[in-house]
Amino acid sequence: MTSPTGRSDIAADTVRGGPRRRRVRAQVRGVPLPLLVPALIGMAFLIVPLIALLVRAPWRSLPDLLTSAEVWQALRLSLVCATAATAVSLVVGVPLAWLLARVEFPGRGLVRALVTLPLVLPPVVGGVALLMALGRNGVVGKSLDSWFGITLPFTTAGVVVAEAFVAMPFLVISVEGTLRAADPRFEEAAATLGASRFTAFRRVTLPLIAPGVAAGAVLAWARALGEFGATITFAGNFPGRTQTMPLAVYLALQSDPEAAIALSLVLLAVSVAVLAGLRDRWMTAR
Amino acid sequence: MTRTARRSGRPMQVAALGVTALLGLSACSSSDGSSSAASGSSASTSTSTSDKLSGTVTVFAAASLKESFTTLGKAFEKAHPGTEVTFSFGGSDSLAASITGGAPADVFASASPKTMAIVTDAGDASGTPATFVRNQLEIATLPGNPHQVSSLKDLTKSGLKVVLCDKTVPCGAAAQKALDAAELKLTPVSYEQDVKAALTKVELKEADAAVVYKTDVHAAGDKVEGVEFPESADAVNDYPIVRLKEAKNAVAAEAFIALVRSAEGQKVLTEAGFLQP
Repeated sequence: MTSPTGRSDIAADTVRGGPRRRRVRAQVRGVPLPLLVPALIGMAFLIVPLIALLVRAPWRSLPDLLTSAEVWQALRLSLVCATAATAVSLVVGVPLAWLLARVEFPGRGLVRALVTLPLVLPPVVGGVALLMALGRNGVVGKSLDSWFGITLPFTTAGVVVAEAFVAMPFLVISVEGTLRAADPRFEEAAATLGASRFTAFRRVTLPLIAPGVAAGAVLAWARALGEFGATITFAGNFPGRTQTMPLAVYLALQSDPEAAIALSLVLLAVSVAVLAGLRDRWMTAR
Repeated sequence: MTRTARRSGRPMQVAALGVTALLGLSACSSSDGSSSAASGSSASTSTSTSDKLSGTVTVFAAASLKESFTTLGKAFEKAHPGTEVTFSFGGSDSLAASITGGAPADVFASASPKTMAIVTDAGDASGTPATFVRNQLEIATLPGNPHQVSSLKDLTKSGLKVVLCDKTVPCGAAAQKALDAAELKLTPVSYEQDVKAALTKVELKEADAAVVYKTDVHAAGDKVEGVEFPESADAVNDYPIVRLKEAKNAVAAEAFIALVRSAEGQKVLTEAGFLQP
């Protein structure tokens, strides 16, 4: 019986703790308790681990940990690969979203479900699938290797591929949603004025959905930055070439937990910054 | 007064519901919770004789022990009906980290004294760890050895894709030791997170060779071909095993360790390619 009381105490503290406590309290009064208490437990459950990271951070040795060459190498690689994966997603993902939103074809629902599958697929499974498809001995990879001498596993390009596989569905979903919300009559008007379908897409549709594309790109970038499972499975782990921040965090935890916390803080800070930026983007988009 | 009492009563109920839900979730990850707690009390009351063992023994063991410990676990369950041995196999370092982090384990078998020290230094071990086997490195190559790897030096040939274990895990540390002994510099394509991950890359033919344990090459059957190299003698790993202080099923844990160290256990381990300590 002690733990429920403890929980409700924490919950109550969270409500009272804020600087604007009077206003919060006044609004909270109208919220039914059976909703409020579980909501606060849920909130604490999601936020407390992040706070714990801050509490346990080795603040004193942090500057040394974060200025080491390996950290910068991993962070730089993470940023470069996430950006490249986002670029790849934009180049093929936006046309794919357009196809799904604007063109009627048989099995469209199935295709839509399949291209968004990586959203819910465990990333490790994605990595295994990529290995089977694009590995040196894979279904497609075998030909890539023997015809062009291209092998993707253990290369930076492999990291980009793994990240794009996991992140692109976020972009496709975001862009497709924006396209469905955008009025197709603008495109039709452009067509009646003599524009080809591609010109209409380029000159009319794209500017119209630009905020949605940007939001999708930021989401995809953030997802790519945090990618771990598919990367370590498909691209391996080599400092400077395939070791991104999440991999560095995982391996640091095995030998130097303090370094792992420090690295996690950097990723946390970047993610918070991205989400803050995304929020504004979405506000203006809707 | 009555009103406040009622008000404070309700959130408690709801909070209890929420906590129960959370506990229900966490129970999924440690399904042995109630059974091993119950068996712990019965085990402590039972006097010595091993045929009265029951409940779950949770063993955290180095990835390289997977095959032989799985066999020994089955033998243990057969010898002591009513017991269940559950394993968590992984890189010794991450296992040690989860144990010091409070993971519910009864026995820890590590692939190196260094990782065992993480657990003993944290005061999580009960008694002194005992070395039960030793393991030697071997080169795993593709079946038929198409690149004609015959020595550690051959791995440094350009164009050959070699994977090593990361230096943070024992097989990586041992490989580095062997390379140092041979005064060789080897740049792998990847530092894998444990010995099985390194071997898998060769089994899938994504890498041409890996430096792994002899036992792993043995366990992989004809999916890889093993190449022995003399420098491996300089990098033999001792495997220590210990009962953990927080063990819920201490008696059964001791019995499992006894089995591992017995003649029967040593036979299984030797057949898997391990060396006698």
